[in-house]
Amino acid sequence: MAAAASLRATPLHSVHCALRAKLVDFGGWEMPLQYSGIVEEHQAVRTAVGLFDVSHMGEIELRGPEAGKLADFVSTNHAQKLKSEQVQYSALLYTHGGFVDDILVHKVAEDHYFLCVNASNQEKDFEHIRQLNRFDARVEFTSERYAQLAIQGPHALAVLQKLTPTNLAAMRYYWFTDSEVAGAPARIARTGYTGEDGFEIYIPPAEAERIWNEVFEAGVEYGIRPCGLGARNTLRLEAAMALYGHEIDASISPWEAGLDWIVKLEKGEFTGRDALLRQKQVGVKRKLVGFEMRERGIARDGYEVYVDGVPAGWVTSGSPAPTLHKNIGLCYLSSDHAQIGRVIQIMVRSQPVEAVTVETPFYKRAR
Amino acid sequence: MYPEDFRYTKEHEWVRVEGDTGTIGITDHAQQELGDIVYVDLPKPGVPVEQGKTIGSVESVKAVSDIYSPLSGEVMEINPALADAPEKLNEDPHGEAWLVKIRLSAPAELENLMSASQYQSYIGAEK
Repeated sequence: MAAAASLRATPLHSVHCALRAKLVDFGGWEMPLQYSGIVEEHQAVRTAVGLFDVSHMGEIELRGPEAGKLADFVSTNHAQKLKSEQVQYSALLYTHGGFVDDILVHKVAEDHYFLCVNASNQEKDFEHIRQLNRFDARVEFTSERYAQLAIQGPHALAVLQKLTPTNLAAMRYYWFTDSEVAGAPARIARTGYTGEDGFEIYIPPAEAERIWNEVFEAGVEYGIRPCGLGARNTLRLEAAMALYGHEIDASISPWEAGLDWIVKLEKGEFTGRDALLRQKQVGVKRKLVGFEMRERGIARDGYEVYVDGVPAGWVTSGSPAPTLHKNIGLCYLSSDHAQIGRVIQIMVRSQPVEAVTVETPFYKRAR
Repeated sequence: MYPEDFRYTKEHEWVRVEGDTGTIGITDHAQQELGDIVYVDLPKPGVPVEQGKTIGSVESVKAVSDIYSPLSGEVMEINPALADAPEKLNEDPHGEAWLVKIRLSAPAELENLMSASQYQSYIGAEK
């Protein structure tokens, strides 16, 4: 592949090559799509533990006396309500109410917020926040300072606990702490993108390969597997988590994407708020809904959706669901059709195939 | 890896000719590229097929890919095992998981296909 030279690579690139991963271009990054196979990796995360290199994700940090005010001005959720060491799912919006990105906001301290953003959006996000910054705060682009690993699955805690002094069982979901993993400084967050329990750790790039290997060795007794972006996608789809460029982008608002819960209108002024208020009054034309195929066929991203023979929307993500043994997907449907139990037709390679809208998430882990 | 008595297409199908019968499958390289295969769509017996034209599709968790017939003829038989066990295509693409058998109408078309060594250098070059 001639394009490989221009692709960006994570500090773990040589590890992926040694593991004979199938590599793909993911938004300009050469990333592992799969190692042993998507289904096997998916099942490892549902039943044991999986290890992902997600170092392509970006980091942006807000520092200064008004870092919290800036965080709240650029994001939809209520950043200043966070306690130190708490994490929040949120969004950056344009003034017209469409998504710049979806992000995780970590409050490190009153004067320090740490944002984890999508790989392919990181430069755009940084510019966006910088341009909106009229506060006593600095915006720092710090992606080069971090490699990121995700350890996900029912045995994630047991595996990571072998390598850190922090009592992980005492950490709540969507909280983080600054500690050590394998003797290196690490920001450990109990977050993930798989629908399972697990952790995402932010570590020094120079230590990434050693830490990857130590996590891997610690996980052998638990059946750990390296997992690629293919499994990451099927796992997040079963959990009905949005993926930028699919469920959300600049043309979609949080109301349409079903992300009302990350919009806190009452917190006061923020970018995109006026547009969201107007949209709320008028109502949205389309909504994101989940569906299951009723007939043989797999919906794929971009396929058209019909209701009673009339075009009514498009598929944003579609795939076989390895845990559920069904073919599932998410689609935008005109609001008048967006109820659970609606029979729809997906145009699968020019053939209408019947599906039905269902509740999401498709998969919920037993707690 | 790639049997000498098969002939290969640029779209990663293989065909083994015995008399006037051609057995068609996808190559090991194709199954590796596709990943976990979850569906196979095949034509019905009696359907005429043409060299280089679509005869069905193979779908993996990640993607869908057309199958092109290596030779012209008429479908005689489809592999009944694949409907319930498409994953066999990942396990034994050159053997148990053949796709269809056709009765050849233009055996001379074989000359348009690659030998095992040609195919191996072709997929080597593609990388």
